[in-house]
Amino acid sequence: MHQTFDEALGINLLHANQEGADHNRAHFDEWDITCLNIMSSPGAGKTALLEKTLAALSPELNIAVIEGDMTTELDADRLRQYGVPVIAINTGRSCHLDARMVAGGIHQLKHQHNPANFDLVLVENVGNLVCPAEFEVGEHGKVALLSVTEGEDKPLKYPVMFREADVLLITKTDLAPYLDVDLNQIVANARQINPQVKIIPVSAKTGEGLAVWFDWIRAAVGKTSPQLVSSAEGA
Amino acid sequence: MHETDMTKALIITVRDWWASQPERPEVSKIHLIVGQFTCVEPASLQFAFEVQTRGTFLAGAELVIQETPLIAFCQACASEYRPEIGLHYACPSCHAPMDDIRSGRELKIDRIEYGKTPCIKPLTKP
Ligand SMILES: [Zn+2]
Repeated sequence: MHQTFDEALGINLLHANQEGADHNRAHFDEWDITCLNIMSSPGAGKTALLEKTLAALSPELNIAVIEGDMTTELDADRLRQYGVPVIAINTGRSCHLDARMVAGGIHQLKHQHNPANFDLVLVENVGNLVCPAEFEVGEHGKVALLSVTEGEDKPLKYPVMFREADVLLITKTDLAPYLDVDLNQIVANARQINPQVKIIPVSAKTGEGLAVWFDWIRAAVGKTSPQLVSSAEGA
Repeated sequence: MHETDMTKALIITVRDWWASQPERPEVSKIHLIVGQFTCVEPASLQFAFEVQTRGTFLAGAELVIQETPLIAFCQACASEYRPEIGLHYACPSCHAPMDDIRSGRELKIDRIEYGKTPCIKPLTKP
């Protein structure tokens, strides 16, 4: 008689990635670094936003970029002109960054610089609205970008990323007057899925909303530096 | 195709379990629980599993995927509801946004069925 047996496992499919992400985060915490995972569909304006962000914040914060969406070496060069290390990750044919790939980036950063000198690591994920949301890389916050050219339905159609995001940047708002698009509807659709998400409409071209985004980053960096706060209080 | 990565993770987990069994049993079924509010497409997962297990200790094992629906809980109405994925997520009664998710985010290896016949297939692809 052929007997069958049953064993309950109850293990998360992403268990290994989760462990890797926790490990990365432990490194960031040890070096007092805030890590943000920046996600969007291709062409939503991640690189333009990064450029503006580095231009404005690199004088006051020590920033490194882990670049997982490099279409050309030119993109990395555009970012390097702000004097910021840009670590390009070879993602192969993967449609998302995972914890292991980002660990490789962290290793390079550690090799070339003193990681404790950094305040902020910006991870630019692969341009894709579906997959990156499921794979944590060790970030402290998830940033989603959605350009007004993508239409109002995007949050409804790709809900997981918008559900997971801590902040949603609605980009290219300068184009809104030329399109048949209702910004309020985009906001309402995103809110249906994620009532807690901070929504900031921005334009890298006109500068609209960028000050709000920069303040959000400053607050995020301040929040994850508890050691600094407590040592100052103790002194 | 992140289902390839998911499948890799699945195979590694099952292999670890299998290697820890003294008699290296023949795995007949792997039961997964996959929520509908995830980025995983069950059909793609089935396909990736079949391709990646060929010639391994899991060749011929069946992947049984149980999908769980997206169920949200509205605090204001104190009741559960089923959002329509792709269309509508707010509470149908009071239009409060989707806050609590009670089901639909699962991505889990639930259990494994196996026989006591020792498996003589290789651990990895030759
Ligand atoms: Zn309600």
